[in-house]
Amino acid sequence: MRKQDPARRIRNFDEVALGFDEDEAVSEAERCLQCPRPWCVRGCPVGVDIPGFIRAIRERRFEDGIRIIWEKNALPAVCGRVCPHEAQCEGLCALSRGCSRYLTEEGKARIDRFLSRSNLIHRRRRPVSIGALERFLADYAAANGIRPLRGESKKEGRVALVGSGPASLAAAGELSRMGYSVTVFEALHAPGGVLRYGIPGFRLPKEVVDREIKQLEEMGVCFRCDVVIGRTLTVEELLEDFDAVFIGSGAGTPGWMGIEGESLNGIYSANEFLTRVNLMEAHRFPETDTPISVGRRVATVGGGNVAMDAARTALRLGAEESIILYRRREEEMPARKEEIENAKEEGVRFELLVAPIRYIGDENGWVREVECIRMEPGEVDASGRARPVPVEGSEFRMEVDTVIVAIGQRPNPLIPMTTPGLELGRIGNIITDEDGRTSKEGVFAGGDIASGAATVILAMGAGIRAARAIGRYIEDRRKQRSDGKYVSKDTYTG
Amino acid sequence: MGGGHIYRIIEKERLSDEIVKIEVEAPLVASKAVSGQFVMIRLREGGERIPLTISGCDPERGTITIIFQEVGKTTLDLGRLKPGDSILNLAGPLGRPPELKRFGTVVCVGGGVGIAPVLFRARVLKELGNRIISIIGARSRDMLILKEEMEEVSDRLYVTTDDGSLGQKGFVTDPLRDVLSDEQVDLVVAIGPIGMMKAVSGVAAEFGVKTAVSLNPIMLDGTGMCGSCRVIVGGEVRFACVDGPEFDGGLVDFDALLLRNRRYLEEEEISLKRARGCESHEKAGSSKAYQELR
Ligand SMILES: Cc1cc2nc3c(=O)[nH]c(=O)nc-3n(C[C@H](O)[C@H](O)[C@H](O)COP(=O)(O)OP(=O)(O)OC[C@H]3O[C@@H](n4cnc5c(N)ncnc54)[C@H](O)[C@@H]3O)c2cc1C
Ligand SMILES: Cc1cc2nc3c(=O)[nH]c(=O)nc-3n(C[C@H](O)[C@H](O)[C@H](O)COP(=O)(O)OP(=O)(O)OC[C@H]3O[C@@H](n4cnc5c(N)ncnc54)[C@H](O)[C@@H]3O)c2cc1C
Ligand code: SF4
Ligand code: SF4
Ligand code: FES
Repeated sequence: MRKQDPARRIRNFDEVALGFDEDEAVSEAERCLQCPRPWCVRGCPVGVDIPGFIRAIRERRFEDGIRIIWEKNALPAVCGRVCPHEAQCEGLCALSRGCSRYLTEEGKARIDRFLSRSNLIHRRRRPVSIGALERFLADYAAANGIRPLRGESKKEGRVALVGSGPASLAAAGELSRMGYSVTVFEALHAPGGVLRYGIPGFRLPKEVVDREIKQLEEMGVCFRCDVVIGRTLTVEELLEDFDAVFIGSGAGTPGWMGIEGESLNGIYSANEFLTRVNLMEAHRFPETDTPISVGRRVATVGGGNVAMDAARTALRLGAEESIILYRRREEEMPARKEEIENAKEEGVRFELLVAPIRYIGDENGWVREVECIRMEPGEVDASGRARPVPVEGSEFRMEVDTVIVAIGQRPNPLIPMTTPGLELGRIGNIITDEDGRTSKEGVFAGGDIASGAATVILAMGAGIRAARAIGRYIEDRRKQRSDGKYVSKDTYTG
Repeated sequence: MGGGHIYRIIEKERLSDEIVKIEVEAPLVASKAVSGQFVMIRLREGGERIPLTISGCDPERGTITIIFQEVGKTTLDLGRLKPGDSILNLAGPLGRPPELKRFGTVVCVGGGVGIAPVLFRARVLKELGNRIISIIGARSRDMLILKEEMEEVSDRLYVTTDDGSLGQKGFVTDPLRDVLSDEQVDLVVAIGPIGMMKAVSGVAAEFGVKTAVSLNPIMLDGTGMCGSCRVIVGGEVRFACVDGPEFDGGLVDFDALLLRNRRYLEEEEISLKRARGCESHEKAGSSKAYQELR
């Protein structure tokens, strides 16, 4: 896919990846083998009919293509841009046989048999760019005014969704298609969750997020911002007005390492750093009112998508040097491969097998140096990666004037704290069954609040499963009520 | 987008040169708020989110009272709004509700604009059957707000000013020391400048009395998501917006808070100039307060 030139793009916040035009999309689609038992679909958490929409692109039936995707995925413009494709659909694509880390030995053998039978074994080098094709169709639909079809008949039943990240957005789409009336409550002043305040515009333009939300509004979903559930209204109060509540409040609480000097000025959590820019537009200060301060040398601690986003944002805010400090090796970085490449192209420097142990400040309380220790790969741990072990005596110091800590987020405690009867897991996550049911009747949950920090598409998958379960729950209760077996909602929640 | 509610200002009163009181329509917040909680507001697109304490609420009218000091761009802009104007975003009530019960004798100490939330607290505690001794202070006579109201709710009231233009000349800790020496006090509540809260907590600790202080770190989201508001309490990092803003003053690292609140001095100066630019002929109320913050 074409990209903005690195030297230019680090001076702006415009999207880096430029997307396919029609001819490029068709020719990429032609690479697909239309496998009879497509491996790729097994890699997609929501089971998009990938060969189906690719065939539509080949035949230039673009509207059909987007409708095929919409059946399973309400936010293709988002997923096409931010899904970790190499670990999901593209990682299992038959053509990725030569490069994927995600295929099992058995899978590889089966693909080899299939490819040699069809005399295509030489093509097994690069997967079909499924994500880019998905994005192409979503952008095509937006440019040509193609809309998802409106829900079937209206059904009786009101559902409240807490938080407006991908889990709730997907659930909202599904529930309103099913005909229920849906209200989304968001604590911040703008909807979208991490899509709004976390992922930078150069990866996911805010207009794309606006567009997806507007589409939901057109389907009848009502968004109420500035409502902090647990404070403005509690989950129990929502249950008085709604037939069911879905909690999609995400994993928004930043983790700290608990090392000396972490509260010095100039040390940000990645959430704070990215929120100041993405939600509050601090990069336009003083036209906008929210400030951000970025020094000459910026160190970002971590190796995930969040760390890449922060390090690349720092460059765009004028940092001369942007350095990633990561305690494992590059192949173990959880960030999307494409974004690691993009970061390198832009000049982000990677200090691998290194961990900070202390920050040193000046007399005004600003961070000036970070002391680090070198690590070496040790035994393989539960995540299947080598556990990093500090190398004694390898401490060294590095001058920095800004530090961004991006070592992970925990579930936001506000709702668990204010909702009696919710069973919680070890990290404060809400425990649910496969369908998103919590231990509290009428309350469902999904996305990062249940799973811990994960991905957009997993959150959406959880939202959709919960939406279907909510539909069944409401219908069951109505049936019980009309059979006279069940007390009415008012007496039940009262 | 987001089907915004209208947060309309229905009343406005200037309490001093730099301190303004507004009553804002926010029915959901008003039905829930208790003394000690705050709201996050954003005036317009591109505006900053700032925290302001709820200094009173009227669930029947569906309104909350906010009393603020014009110290920088956002508060100056807010001070220019008139009854009938509205605030774009307002979320709350935020913060952990503090313990409100019958303690016995409570000393309520308020400094500057901090007198406003202290009045709200004194009223609530009085109603719960506490004996209220209050100490309020300001730089000078015309900076002192809500004196009559404090008089009304307190069993005894002390007033101090730095320049002696009203009440005792000196600092709120002077009468506090006297009260603590003479009386059995069960709790001190102190809200005001960081230096004042630090001094009050220190004096109360000498007498073995606990002080509840309300911290004012720089906030961004106010929902526990960013860590901008982190403060050190009892050696641990806490987020003031969800774990506070009230903490045990004896455990708070006030010096660290002072340093952290100076993070954006340069940027605040730039913003302030821009805010002033639009009112070049008007008197830009806040010069003194602002200089003092530096
Ligand atoms: C910087 C960054 C980059 C990322 N990059 C990628 C990527 O490239 N690909 C990928 O797949 N994943 C990525 N992720 C992860 C992905 O964004 C998350 O897994 C996903 O957004 C989780 O969705 P969610 O709906 O569970 O919650 P969130 O998106 O976190 O949304 C939760 C929403 O709930 C609101 N909320 C919280 N508490 C309350 C309350 N009490 N009342 C009302 N509202 C509340 C929050 O304000 C927020 O808007 C990234 C995450 C970050 C932070
Ligand atoms: C929980 C809480 C309750 C508060 N209640 C009140 C109140 O009832 N009345 C009142 O007058 N003030 C209150 N404040 C302080 C008020 O938030 C700041 O005065 C205001 O944010 C200043 O914004 P500005 O743009 O006008 O000034 P700026 O020029 O931006 O800042 C002036 C000073 O205010 C502080 N400040 C700046 N931005 C923020 C921010 N986003 N969050 C917090 N502090 C900031 C800084 O210390 C700064 O030096 C409260 C603060 C907190 C944390
Ligand atoms: S939703 Fe994500 S995983 Fe599924 S096909 Fe689209 S890009 Fe691939
Ligand atoms: S596995 Fe790859 S080649 Fe096969 S259908 Fe899916 S995208 Fe096409
Ligand atoms: S203001 Fe962001 S966590 Fe408190």
